[in-house]
Amino acid sequence: MRIELVRRAEHSRLMVWASPLLAVAITLVIAVGIFAAMGADPLEALYIFFVEPLTAGWSLQELVVKAIPITLIAIGLSLCYMSNTWNIGAEGQFTAGAILGSLFPIVFPGWTGPLVLPAMLLFGILGGMLYAAIPALLKIRFGANEILTSLMLVYVAQLLLDWIVRGPWRNPDGYGFPESRVFDASAQMPLLVDGGRMHIGLVFVFVAVLVVWFTMGRTLTGFQIRVLGQAPRAGAFAGFSQNRMVLFTFLVSGGLAGLAGIMEVAGPIGQLRPSISPGYGFTAIIVAFLGRLHPVGILIAGFVLALTYLGGEAAQVALGMSDKVMRVFQGLLLFLVLACDTLIYYRVRLVRPVADPLGGAVHGRG
Amino acid sequence: MGAAEAILLTVVTAAVPLLLAAIGELVVERSGVLNLGVEGMMIMGAAGGFAAATLSGSPYIGIFGGLAAGIVMAALFAFVTLFLVANQVASGLALSLLGLGLSGIIGEPFVGTPGTKLPALAVPVLSDIPLVGKVLFAQDILVYAAAAITFGVWWFLYRTRGGLIVRAVGDNHGSAHALGYPVIRVRLLAILFGGACAGLAGAYLSLAYTPLWIENMTAGRGWIALALVVFASWLPARVVVGALLFGAVSILQFHAQAMGLGIPSQFLSSLPYLVTILVLVLISSNRSVLRVNTPASLGRPFVPDR
Amino acid sequence: MRRLMTAAAAVLALGMGLGAAAAQDKLKVGFIYIGPKNDGGWTQRHDVGRQELEAALGDKVETTYVENVPEGQDAERAIERLARTGHKLIFTTSFGYMDPTLKVAAKFPDVKFEHATGYKTAPNVSTYNSKFHEGRYVIGQIAAKMSKTGQAGYIASFPIPEVVLGINAFLLGAQSVNPDFKLKVVWVNSWFDPGKEADAAKTLFDQGVDVITQHTDSPAPLQIAEERGMHGFGQASDQIAFAPKAQYTSIIDNWGPYYIRRAQAVLDGTWTSGQVWGGFADGHVVLAPFTNLPDDVVKMAEETEAKIKSGELNPFAGPIYKQDGTEFIPAGKVIDDGTLLGMNWYVKGVDDKLPQ
Repeated sequence: MRIELVRRAEHSRLMVWASPLLAVAITLVIAVGIFAAMGADPLEALYIFFVEPLTAGWSLQELVVKAIPITLIAIGLSLCYMSNTWNIGAEGQFTAGAILGSLFPIVFPGWTGPLVLPAMLLFGILGGMLYAAIPALLKIRFGANEILTSLMLVYVAQLLLDWIVRGPWRNPDGYGFPESRVFDASAQMPLLVDGGRMHIGLVFVFVAVLVVWFTMGRTLTGFQIRVLGQAPRAGAFAGFSQNRMVLFTFLVSGGLAGLAGIMEVAGPIGQLRPSISPGYGFTAIIVAFLGRLHPVGILIAGFVLALTYLGGEAAQVALGMSDKVMRVFQGLLLFLVLACDTLIYYRVRLVRPVADPLGGAVHGRG
Repeated sequence: MGAAEAILLTVVTAAVPLLLAAIGELVVERSGVLNLGVEGMMIMGAAGGFAAATLSGSPYIGIFGGLAAGIVMAALFAFVTLFLVANQVASGLALSLLGLGLSGIIGEPFVGTPGTKLPALAVPVLSDIPLVGKVLFAQDILVYAAAAITFGVWWFLYRTRGGLIVRAVGDNHGSAHALGYPVIRVRLLAILFGGACAGLAGAYLSLAYTPLWIENMTAGRGWIALALVVFASWLPARVVVGALLFGAVSILQFHAQAMGLGIPSQFLSSLPYLVTILVLVLISSNRSVLRVNTPASLGRPFVPDR
Repeated sequence: MRRLMTAAAAVLALGMGLGAAAAQDKLKVGFIYIGPKNDGGWTQRHDVGRQELEAALGDKVETTYVENVPEGQDAERAIERLARTGHKLIFTTSFGYMDPTLKVAAKFPDVKFEHATGYKTAPNVSTYNSKFHEGRYVIGQIAAKMSKTGQAGYIASFPIPEVVLGINAFLLGAQSVNPDFKLKVVWVNSWFDPGKEADAAKTLFDQGVDVITQHTDSPAPLQIAEERGMHGFGQASDQIAFAPKAQYTSIIDNWGPYYIRRAQAVLDGTWTSGQVWGGFADGHVVLAPFTNLPDDVVKMAEETEAKIKSGELNPFAGPIYKQDGTEFIPAGKVIDDGTLLGMNWYVKGVDDKLPQ
């Protein structure tokens, strides 16, 4: 007896919803085992991990604050990945956007008023786009692999940020410490509600979700992205330019990553610092796939991932559980969600063993 | 030992972990699979290797620990990407995340414990050759292994039928399947080989390079290894060149600093990455070379329709 | 939905009520760590301090920590979580937590905060740090005595004032023994990367240095010194196990006494905001046993340590010359703490240009 996957004629509507639930269920079973093995009450641990962060207004706001950059970046990346373009340097574009957008409050601190923030956001987007244009143009002009160049540029951007906040943009009143001056109030993201950190970035996330949804479903651009992603040859035959699409998707994803970057420093952080991101650009790649490259899916995935961060922290404080356990847990959840998604397109079938000279289950599928 | 010889020696040792991890990933990618989890497999190799060495008291047993840890991680990746047809990019990233957490747990009891360094095995006479003697003939077993594996991979890919099958599977899994080649089995073996190599690379770090265990000690070397594979345009010989080049730039920037040249250190630190991009652009400009070597099925999952 | 929320809130309130009842007599002390608690360096030393606090005050305190907290937006949330879960004394142990600490402190006036290595305070926020440069002055003297080549190597992390201060103190100590002593500096742009730190150590030895010291966390440079038959100094903790033949001594971060003092002050109701910069005299900085050194050098080091402890010797007493040879402070005067904390220039004899 062996297990075999059979492609479904059409993807399963049931599984679109059931597979993530199945993944969460399996994760929960494993989690109960882990928690019990570590001597914690599994139910209490699960409550603290998944529910507690949702029970207070404060942590709900924090959930949003955490989800904003990841989700926004992931939405941009989904366009890239759908068109078969591999931008994995969003972390660098995030940093570039944060740097260029911070130009006004740092270099011209005297300029305040209602126009500062829009100018910053614009420059943030521009910074991300310009930085994303480098791997795109290298790909178009020289055929340089964009996975590699965009990844290498992440390190370069981080070192640039490091240099700029320790050197030219260092806070003149900061005793030589590596931080920029704190942004003026007019250069900070307005809050959605008082008494928390949830800022108007959430609105941008929703706008991005709607625009991408509309673009993919209703416009020629969306159609081109799909065609070039799934059948590049057919796309070329139809006269769609692969090169133009590479540039377009890189600019969009870079722009959104840059926007996320400037919103992060103008929002919860409030100044430019040597470290502004714990790897949002990479986390966003996972979120893009967890959300199956669909804007609404990404929105949900972004919030779920943010929840695991908050839950992990809560478990550390309440249960003294190690941060490492939380990371393993996160990794497992991701694996299971990805694995269970298989059920959308494939059916599991049990096959009786047949005499096979070349042997084994592996050959049966290979 | 002269200054040039000393620098050469440092460059070679800095290149070895990159070479080991990259040559493994090269085979994986040649078979048409993109495993971005090298960092996760490598850090597990470092933790597993150090744990095995400390528990057994022998760094040689440690090598097997690293090997095993890398293979186990790779097997997990293979299971979800080959048998469950999950997305390779996302699975690879998840593998890295998992590896970082898991290695922290495995390594926890060994923090603050000094390890036993893998001894150098000097070849008599040859190791006394000026300039290159120490570099080539007085290294530890993993350095020799790295050289042997690299040569072996080249030989396998270009001189054996097995290598031909691997390349065929990577270039067009549909045709390869039609010709009766076991696509999934080939890819499984390639992924496991990649995991073994990444595990060895990690073990080299915790057993030879800096014989100790600290969380996150790979510090991004797995990502560099990934970059090297593309940099090398999937050719084993170029992986060697790339690893040495990367090692050289990262060592020479320290020398430039120690000489007090006064260039911002952040700029010098970013040189290895900029050089990689530059060389990649130069190589890629010659499109015919790249097109010939790029596995056409890279990253595309395979399930036969029946 | 609303019922569910109410029910959840009730459960939460119940849990917190129970916690509060138990915590009536116990002081909950929270710690925010930048790295894993057993990183073998900076964070581990804070965690050792936390354990010493628990051991010293026993039933009167309960400690919690959150590890691997990035310095971006996450810091504020982690600190606020501790404040919201009944922690009345919170130590935030990295420079980047400065503004987040102040933001949370403004919301929780009845919680005391202690921020390590920063400079901003508030009525309920103190800062604390250690005068590691006192230790660096002593090891500079040892290096000058022991070096045959007349130059040492310094593996530095990031060009921030504290690191520059350490470099200067080391060289001033060395020059008090050998006025011509030279120092090569290599920046690895990381607090923590064993591979890079090892590479930097190899580079320095290859360039003719025979003693190294470091302001990065891992024992990797000392392992290289051991391998090459050279010498060096440990950082943060006693690293003799990694380099039994190479380590002369180590500058140990010793936070325990401070943590015990401050927790006791909260228990007694005598806690006040302040800025503490403790050195040898306060027990913040401790030198590991001197090893691999001849008796006369040990004697010299011990004497210097005692003189700094008693206040007889100030490492930054004039005359002190800047790198370009201009006099910064004349004989008979000392550089004040404020200037030291913001130090961003090298003293004469450093073979490096400071990134500006």
